[in-house]
Amino acid sequence: MVHGEAWTLKEFFTYPNEYIYWTIQIVMYPFMTGLVAGAFVLSSLYHVFGVKQLKGIARFSLVFSFALLPVAMLPLMLHLQQPLRGIEVMLTPHFTSAIAAFGIVFTTYGMIVASELWFVYRKHFVETALSLKEKERRTPGEQFAYLLFSALTMGAYDVSHEALEADERAVKKLAAAGIPVACFLHGYAGFIFGSVKANALWMTPLMPVIFICSAVVSGIALCILTYIITMEIRKALAARRPELPSKEELKSAESQVVVMTSRYLLMFMVAAITLELLDLVFRGYTAVKSWDILRSVIYERDFVNIFVVQYGLGNLVPLVLFLVPGLTIRRAILGTALVLLGVFMMRWNVVIGGQAFSSSFSGFMHYTLPVWPDSIETFKEGLGGALLVAVVPFFLFWILNKVMPVFKETH
Amino acid sequence: MMNRRSFCKKTLLVAGGLALPLSALELFDPKRLLAEKDEKGARWVFLVDTRKCVGCGFCVKGCKVENEIPYDANVTRTWVERYLVTSDGKTHIDSPKGARDGFPEKGIEIGHGKLEEVRDEDIEKAFFVPKLCNQCDNPPCVQVCPVGATYQTEDGVVLVDRKWCIGCGYCIMGCPYGVRFFHPVHHVADKCNFCYHRISKGMQTACVDSCAFGARRIGNLRDPEDPVTKVIMTERVNVLKEEYGTKPQVFYLGLSKEVK
Repeated sequence: MVHGEAWTLKEFFTYPNEYIYWTIQIVMYPFMTGLVAGAFVLSSLYHVFGVKQLKGIARFSLVFSFALLPVAMLPLMLHLQQPLRGIEVMLTPHFTSAIAAFGIVFTTYGMIVASELWFVYRKHFVETALSLKEKERRTPGEQFAYLLFSALTMGAYDVSHEALEADERAVKKLAAAGIPVACFLHGYAGFIFGSVKANALWMTPLMPVIFICSAVVSGIALCILTYIITMEIRKALAARRPELPSKEELKSAESQVVVMTSRYLLMFMVAAITLELLDLVFRGYTAVKSWDILRSVIYERDFVNIFVVQYGLGNLVPLVLFLVPGLTIRRAILGTALVLLGVFMMRWNVVIGGQAFSSSFSGFMHYTLPVWPDSIETFKEGLGGALLVAVVPFFLFWILNKVMPVFKETH
Repeated sequence: MMNRRSFCKKTLLVAGGLALPLSALELFDPKRLLAEKDEKGARWVFLVDTRKCVGCGFCVKGCKVENEIPYDANVTRTWVERYLVTSDGKTHIDSPKGARDGFPEKGIEIGHGKLEEVRDEDIEKAFFVPKLCNQCDNPPCVQVCPVGATYQTEDGVVLVDRKWCIGCGYCIMGCPYGVRFFHPVHHVADKCNFCYHRISKGMQTACVDSCAFGARRIGNLRDPEDPVTKVIMTERVNVLKEEYGTKPQVFYLGLSKEVK
């Protein structure tokens, strides 16, 4: 069986070699990079633009963005037919290819976030390393932590007031530099699609902008959702651990941050939806050669996916939920979960919808998501692979939180 | 002791100093030297006469065997499409298994293993169109390959380096003609290469050799005496999907407007 045959159903005339080659992993790829970029933009709102109300979530989203970063690469690796050669994109980039920029942008962005995190947590690293150093007898675990934190300080033990102020200035500069890079990281993911002239649905210069806006939306939504969940966990822990803030303190901090952040979420959502609708209206109005087949995909075959799930459940319902005054935590959970669903469906409708019709404009292809894998291929490009990609960032976040505690007051 | 400032300064100086001689390398670009000598090689082009094709599928068979594309795999480097235009203005198209076995069924294949019967008296016109890689002058697949595994030779043929392709599928997405696919054995992008191993030795491509009706021909556009070149220069030939700006180099004689 050839690649793609396992999950592609063909109808009417398609070219013999046409299959759904870009599957759920390529849906996950822009979704995950979008989350990375969005989480970073959220943290920058505090670090660069000084939105004080977002202080509570800024550091959280920065660490979360870092945890998401390696996962932006994972779907690409899982989807490659020759995954062991994936590194060649970094080593022998071919500069006329949009994908070739991946290595450069990704590494630049990774270094910016890593350095920003280092400046944010330097004091914590120094303090932890020094306190462990003072201990006379260290358990193997403490010894490991001591070595790790000593390495993380990179020899810079100065935590005087001036040094910390210099750190903060560095954070601000890095965050400012990070915004365009984060937007570029995701904008070019949109460019990868938008520049494929052979695909009538993808071919639009709006694609990068649409991707950036929905990326920020999804990143903010995920940060709010994860923030709420971690705060709930902390509330449960607060009863048992006296060193944590009290339950009431946590509760008021939580709702304040959530209300404030969801305002920014709303703002970006309006921009994202406007652009997407503009694209749709423009296509219908200009009605070029490809419109006939696009219309039948958009209004008939993918109607439920696009208008019911993406625009209805994913955009309209959360808009109403957030616009109704007196936002509660429960409503925020529902709203952000729906926003994430909406953004995911947008990616799905772009990636899978873009392959739903043949380049001959005379036939259709349908992707049946492999749920129960019967081979490595159907696992990688099916539900299992997608879930794997979705779970990894939370696991990484849990590990990172041990080294860089997001709720500890450092400065 | 070197301080940070001077370290940064010196690093920049060294990097800049190294970059200068590197920029001089351009002066010795072998391609430019070759161009200056004005030595022109071949520019391979293909000529398909749709009026002569009978849809026997021998070309597809010949190609599969010659190029080791698994015989039963549902991918192929070249294929033949059947067009039936009925009196109600509808166009019915199919290419079962790429027409490897010709068109054994009278009905038109519409997917899910179903056939659509078209009555003889409704058919206004019917014809076959062979397809293969267009070896574009402006190939989008070469443009999008992130590692340069797909490349264009001096004589215009687009090739894939099987040892270098990472299998991302971007080239497959970028090709408007649907000629690319993943090779089921090598798991890398694959496509027609005009039988490069044959034409570069002065032979014909496998499909040209297997066509008993002379519907397929290959030629050198840079040779004015080449019979294929003469046809392209003097007759009314057409190319597929010109609007994409890929500048295809497979020319068709007798192309009908229904062809997709």
